[in-house]
Amino acid sequence: MSDTSHGTGGLTFDTSKRQWPNELNVLAALILIILIFEALGAYFMGQSLLFDTRDRFDSIFNEARLRIIIIQVAIVGIIALGVTQVIITAGIDLSSGSVLGATAMICMSFAQVGEVSGSPNPKAIFGPAFLDLPVIVPVMVGLGCGIIAGVVNGVFVAFFRIPPFIATLGMMLFARGVAQWWSSGNPVSFPTEAYAVIGQGMNPVIIFLGLAVLFHLIMNYTIYGKHTYAIGSNEAAARMSGINVPRHLVLVYAIAGMLAGLSAVILTSKNLTAQSGMGLSYELDAIAMAVIGGVSLFGGRGSIIGTVIGALIIGVITSGFTFLRLGAFYQEMVLGCIIVGAVALDQWQQKRAAARA
Amino acid sequence: MSDIILETKGLTKHYGGVHALENADFVLHKGEHVAIMGDNGAGKSTFVRQITGVEQRTRGTVMFDGQEVHFAGPLDAREAGIETVYQTLALADDLNVPDNLFLGREKTKWNFLGPFRLLDYKGMREETIAGLEKTGVKIPNIKNTIAHMSGGQRQCVAIARTATFASKMTIMDEPTAALGVQETAQVENIIRTLKDQGEPLILVSHNMRQVFDLVDRIVVFRRGRICANLRKEDTDGQDVVAYITGAKTQEGYEDAA
Repeated sequence: MSDTSHGTGGLTFDTSKRQWPNELNVLAALILIILIFEALGAYFMGQSLLFDTRDRFDSIFNEARLRIIIIQVAIVGIIALGVTQVIITAGIDLSSGSVLGATAMICMSFAQVGEVSGSPNPKAIFGPAFLDLPVIVPVMVGLGCGIIAGVVNGVFVAFFRIPPFIATLGMMLFARGVAQWWSSGNPVSFPTEAYAVIGQGMNPVIIFLGLAVLFHLIMNYTIYGKHTYAIGSNEAAARMSGINVPRHLVLVYAIAGMLAGLSAVILTSKNLTAQSGMGLSYELDAIAMAVIGGVSLFGGRGSIIGTVIGALIIGVITSGFTFLRLGAFYQEMVLGCIIVGAVALDQWQQKRAAARA
Repeated sequence: MSDIILETKGLTKHYGGVHALENADFVLHKGEHVAIMGDNGAGKSTFVRQITGVEQRTRGTVMFDGQEVHFAGPLDAREAGIETVYQTLALADDLNVPDNLFLGREKTKWNFLGPFRLLDYKGMREETIAGLEKTGVKIPNIKNTIAHMSGGQRQCVAIARTATFASKMTIMDEPTAALGVQETAQVENIIRTLKDQGEPLILVSHNMRQVFDLVDRIVVFRRGRICANLRKEDTDGQDVVAYITGAKTQEGYEDAA
């Protein structure tokens, strides 16, 4: 196509004003935050946050710290991948932390060993028939619980037209109740060895990044992704164009639930125990990752890449504050400011873009 | 084969006790452009919604292309060959031009993947460019999101959907209501292009000049009923206004008075 102005005049359109990908802004913010910590580290601590300054080693990066940064955000990051999709449909999922809690209790009950150092498992929830099950059973139970919670969320949002905030708030309370009721508040412990492998070492990170790549491709190259963006962008238009909006919304919420269930499996495997308070406020951390990563709460805009960078920003800030030996209070204050700042910046940019068009 | 593309008989829509549309008998011939005029609340948009399946009619029959049809939803109507340009733009602001043209009927490959089947971006882009050229719409960069385009360009994109898909009939519900003078001219040019291509059109409009410029026939709605069916040559603006306001009622439509 030519890049000259419109046929009847007046409708000029400058192709040089190409959109600047939002992910680059988020990446720039990540780099800026790293630089701030590097400067503060060099000035106050005489150390570098990410780079290896020790003479005895010749590696470039401080690998141990990089590892910590990404491990601590991997599990919430998996939830954030699902929450990102829900927010892109102009919805919200407040239930993921509680769904993780309930799923943790339930799936761990199917992952227990029969004997602990020669005596019967003191924490066994079910009888002997449900002990020492193959690892696939608790994993499927975990994913299944998450999917069920997600489908319930989706049905209430899509078919009963309950605002997503309310529907998932109800699920948040309900699932936390289930987590506490399941074993009367007692922890569920002693998983099989095969189950314990899932969350070991860097496995959560590998799963997180693998899923991030998978959902990045799905959101950008499949009809599922296109419809998710279309619904968040203009639900009425999506409906009039013949997209089955309710069915699609249920699918999106089900995927978000499944990812919450998966993170329950990984977290219980990593901690070797399940407790009813697990995943408390994870939903807010996941939403924060998405929002910092440029996902618009009004729907239609945002990306998986943005959320992954958003997760890294939170990881860097958390590690950075520990590195500077500053208390967790400051960290939360700063995170709060960054979330509001990210949204304010996004609003300002949107306004500017609208004024230009 | 008759030359009638669309015919409604006794088309009626009640919203509870509100009789929004009452016994509408309407005929559209192949290649014909017909305007629907009327005051606000006269039943114009209601009439369109019953045809396109956005709402389900209370009574009456709709014959399309020689067959009686019952569209369960707008997608059915579209698949049968009725393209609609809505009063409120049915475009997703955050998607680009090909995505919007193909919204709800994307070209896909690897269809065994179900909801995760892959989008055929290349095919959609090529057909989009062909469709835009057919309607004479010039949009410099079709990869731009709709949010970054002017109102006229957006409406052109909405109308270009019609040309991209081999449709049998087009309905436009006040396509220029929100547009400036030049943008309106652009849209009217596209409508003339459709006329030259023999595409039948129902144009809902408040704009008297536009109606007399573009269509062959004018159907006037008043209080949910059709009160006049006028050939352009036999009428003028004052006459149409008289029908719209209720000062006149055409012979044969006395029950609308």
